[in-house]
Order: sequence, then C-alpha cells, then structure tokens
Amino acid sequence: MNALRDGIGGFARETIKTFKLLARNKMGLFGFVMTLVIVLLSFVGPIIWQPETSANVADINQGPSEKHFLGTDFQGQDNLRKVINGGKDIVITAFLTGIIATLLAVTVGAFSAFVGGRVDSALMELVNIWMTIPKFPLLAVIATVIKLNDPVTLSLLMAFLDWPGLSRQVRAQVLSLKKRDYIEAATMLDLGTRQIIFREILPNMMSFIAVSTIFTMTFAIYQQTGLVFLGIVPYSGANWGVMISAAERRGVLYTAAASWSIIAPIGAIVLFQLALISFARSLEEVFNPRLRTSV
Amino acid sequence: MSNPILTLNHVTRTFAVKRQTIKAVDDVSLAIREGEIVCLVGESGCGKTTTGKMIAGVLPVSSGEILFRNQNIANLRGDDRKQYRLGVQMIHQDPYASLNPTHTIADIIAAPLRHHGFTRGDAATRERVRELLARVDLTPPDDYLEKFPHQLSGGQRQRVSIARALTVAPSFIIADEAVSMVDVSIRISLLNTLTKLKDAMGLAVLFITHDLALAKYFAWEGRIGVMYLGRLVELAPARDLVERPQHPYTQVLLSAIPEADPEVTRRKKHIELRSMDVPSLLRLPTGCAFHPRCPQFIGAVCEQNVPGLLEANGARVACHLVNRKT
Repeated sequence: MNALRDGIGGFARETIKTFKLLARNKMGLFGFVMTLVIVLLSFVGPIIWQPETSANVADINQGPSEKHFLGTDFQGQDNLRKVINGGKDIVITAFLTGIIATLLAVTVGAFSAFVGGRVDSALMELVNIWMTIPKFPLLAVIATVIKLNDPVTLSLLMAFLDWPGLSRQVRAQVLSLKKRDYIEAATMLDLGTRQIIFREILPNMMSFIAVSTIFTMTFAIYQQTGLVFLGIVPYSGANWGVMISAAERRGVLYTAAASWSIIAPIGAIVLFQLALISFARSLEEVFNPRLRTSV
Repeated sequence: MSNPILTLNHVTRTFAVKRQTIKAVDDVSLAIREGEIVCLVGESGCGKTTTGKMIAGVLPVSSGEILFRNQNIANLRGDDRKQYRLGVQMIHQDPYASLNPTHTIADIIAAPLRHHGFTRGDAATRERVRELLARVDLTPPDDYLEKFPHQLSGGQRQRVSIARALTVAPSFIIADEAVSMVDVSIRISLLNTLTKLKDAMGLAVLFITHDLALAKYFAWEGRIGVMYLGRLVELAPARDLVERPQHPYTQVLLSAIPEADPEVTRRKKHIELRSMDVPSLLRLPTGCAFHPRCPQFIGAVCEQNVPGLLEANGARVACHLVNRKT
C-alpha cells in the first residue's frame, strides 16, 4: 500500500518536475501547448464541427469573413471546418511514423553497436544500400501497388522507408557512449547490463532520440501530404493534403479570394511543424541537464 | 606482514595493431598487500593504465594471471566473482568523463547502493549518500545532492567519483592518474582525502601516475614501481627509491623533477640521456628496452639480453649493471 502511494507520489513529483522543465523554455512551451491544441482539435473538433456534406453554391471561393474565418472553398464549404476535420489522419500518421521509425532505428542501431563484428558490418552495409534508394519515388511506386487508404498502413510503410539514416546515427552514439568512463565505472560497480543500457546509456541519447522522432514526424507530414497532393494515395474524406490538391486542381491559384482554400491547409501544416519543432527544443532541455541555463 | 590482496604473475597484454602485435604490458609481476599503497610511475604509453585496467577486470590479460585473494580473477564465479568485482574499484583520470551527465550526484551515488541492497528504503539510501559525500569532504552534503556533474568543478567531481567507488565498500582502489586533470592547488587536498580514506577504511591503493613527485608524496609509506615500455624496471619502498634509485631510468626521472626552488633545480645534477626519443612500442629495442637511451649503457649484454627484475639492495631492479654488482 505504502509502496503504491510512494510510487504514485514519485510519479506525480516526476511529472511536475518534467512540466517545470518544459515550461523553462518559452518557445518550447509554446510548441508543447500548440501541439496539444492541434492534436485535441483534430480528434475532438470533428465531433463538434461535423464535416459539411452539401455544397453552398452562394458562398463559393470567398475570402475571410465573420461567418467564415478562413474563407470558403470551391464548393462554398468553410475552410476552417475543413482544416479541423482534415487533421486527424495527418496527426496519426505523423506520430505513428515517427514512433515506429525511431523504434526500428534504435533497435537496429543499438543492436548493431553492441554486437559489433561481422553482424555490425553486414547490418550497416544493408543500411547504406537502403539509404541510397530514393524514398519518395519508391513510396509513390509502392503506393500504386498497395492500397494505402488507412493511416496505419501508410505509417508502417513510411516508417519502414525512413529508419535507416537514423539507425546509423543511433549506432554511432551507442558506440561512443559505451566507451565512456562512466560506463566502465558502472561495469566495475556491477550494475548489470539492463541498468547500464537503460540508466546509463539511454538517458544520454534521449534528447537525440526525441528530436529525431520529431524530425521524422515532420518529414512524414510532408511525405503524406505530398502523396495525397499527387493523387497517389486515395482521397479519404477531408485531409490537408486533399485540400491542397483539390484547391490546386480547381484553379484557385488564379483568384485572390479563393487562395484562402490553399492558405488554410498550408497554414495548418506549417503551424503543426512549427509546434513540433519548438516542442523538440524543449524536450532537449528536459533530457539533457547540461542545456538548462540556470538551476 | 599480511597476505597479498592482489598478485600479478607474469602478466602480459598484447594489442593487435594492423598486422603487428604490440606488448603494452610485458611480464609484470607484483604483489600488493592489504592496506598497502603502491604507485606505478612511468611515461605515457608505458603500460601503467593497461595494468590498472587488467587489475580492474575490464581488460583481460593476454598471458599470466592476476590473483585476487589468491584466486585467479579470470576463473571467478558466483559470490567469489561478486566479491572481487565490488572489492576492486577504480577512479578514472578524467572527472569530466567519469560521471554520467544525465544524473544528479544523489542518483549517481545511490544507484550502486540500491542495486546491491547496501541500504534499504529511500531514507536510508539518502542518509548513506550524505555520509559518503561527507567522507570525501564534500560538505555540507546537501549542497551537492541535487546538483548535476556539470555544475561541479573538476576536483569536486573527482570526489564524487571517489564516493561512488566507496559505495560498494571496496578493499582495493585503483587511482588512474586520479589527480592529473585537477588544478594543482586542489591536488594535495584530494590526495590527503584519499590518504585519510585509505587509513580509515584500510584500503589498498594502486596509484597510477606519470608524475614521480606526486608518487613520492602519496606513496611515502608504500612502494613505488617504475615502468618503462611495458616492463617494470624498478620496484622499491618509496623512500629507498627516492633516496637511492638504482635503475638508470629511475635516476633520470628523479633528476628531472623540477623543485619549487629554482636555485635547487638549477644546482640539481641533470642526467643526460643518450637519446631523447622514446622508442615506438611497434619497434621495441632488443635486449633492455632502455638501452638506446641509457646513460649507463654497458655494451652488448644490454643490447642482447632482457634483464630480469631481480633482488638488489632490498629492491627489485631490472638492469644488467645493477644486477652484476649485486
């Protein structure tokens, strides 16, 4: 019972400490809050503001107004509502791709560094070859063969294509970290392999891993919207990529007022990216005590 | 005289460099008693750190054996292995690399305490951490508990490093150039802390350094071993070694120590070497490795035969000239 209370108390204390650290960096806090808002809006928003099903012929291609903050599109539908409804797939794909690609990269990279020798050379040779393949065209080709109409399959595929570069970096980090004196000290103190990996090595890589995950996420967002824009991935309802594509094909680039139907989704993508990258900065500080300017 | 806690029997360590093998440590034999201080002195590349790492068990020997309380450390299993593993601890040279930057000082010291069950419960662990910090003269300990290594000075970090080694109640400590990266002003106080701990806890210490003056200060009650290109060339009680150095290399080293008083330094007789170049470990000279530089070179025997480390006037010396006389 006591242990449980201690556990919960300790967890709460840790969480508060983490939040305090997150809040240290204004830019990072902004990123964190913004990411949270975008994720919440993308998941909860569609329940409140359901997608419009019919066209409003009277309101086609309008600029911002009181009724439509971000104007309307070629069907007279509200751009803001479309942006809110189009975020979910992007958010899911970004997070899934980021997490899966990082997990793959960390597993392969760390394994390669620990085992060393022939296994290491073979794995890294494979990674080298993998890295020379141009990813986006390959993704485009695969997308025509495999049906990519759900975000999970798409994430898996993108993660599978994106991990090799990161795994090399992870390997290099582990190779360098495992030779540090404090690892040797931990070996002499007989702290055990598990503790050496998870307590001594991993925390030193966390800021790097977190930042890499976020960069993979931003990359995944570009890839996904790119695929949708090119029409390679089937349109599945509303989606920022679909919005850009539709706007472009309906010739909105030629009328000033209509440009809002392309500015809105692009703005959403930019905002999400910006939020993620600023959040990454804050995460670095959380995981790397040396970056904290004053304590 | 008590039993040796640690014995090195003809320990050799070779490394493969490209297609060649180099002998970093060559046929070193040495016995260290419980609670004794032994200094290993030598220039960089002489194998003193490699010797330390082999004793610490992080580097296997190529041939020969290392005994911990009369048991070969290579064959230890179970409880015996654990006793050795925790019994021998090392203090690293670089205090900036030997502490994990992501943990607080309290975490760094508490980890081994918790892992091996030396203390039970958070309160007891914290109390013990405080005690250990006070032991290494980091007072008041509460000022240091929540600090990260990067917020401490080199000397303070080195003290944390010592405290960490003490968590597992070792009986043998290897201090590998433990003070060489610390400001000169801090060195003596750090050495005094080490001496105090050694006396209080009955620790045996292997102090590795390139600085004979430091060895002289620290090991005055103990013995000093001088290494040259992988071999032990002289091993003697500190006073004898300093007052009556027998091996020509030891004599050269002693004559090269600058004294605080420039007058004394200038008056000191400086022994000239035959050559200033330290031979490469890849192309070791035949016979006595020191012969190309030796000021007391006596001819063919030095070029052809490797001198053994033999008894000479209460010390052990590896030199044909000395061994001929005795």
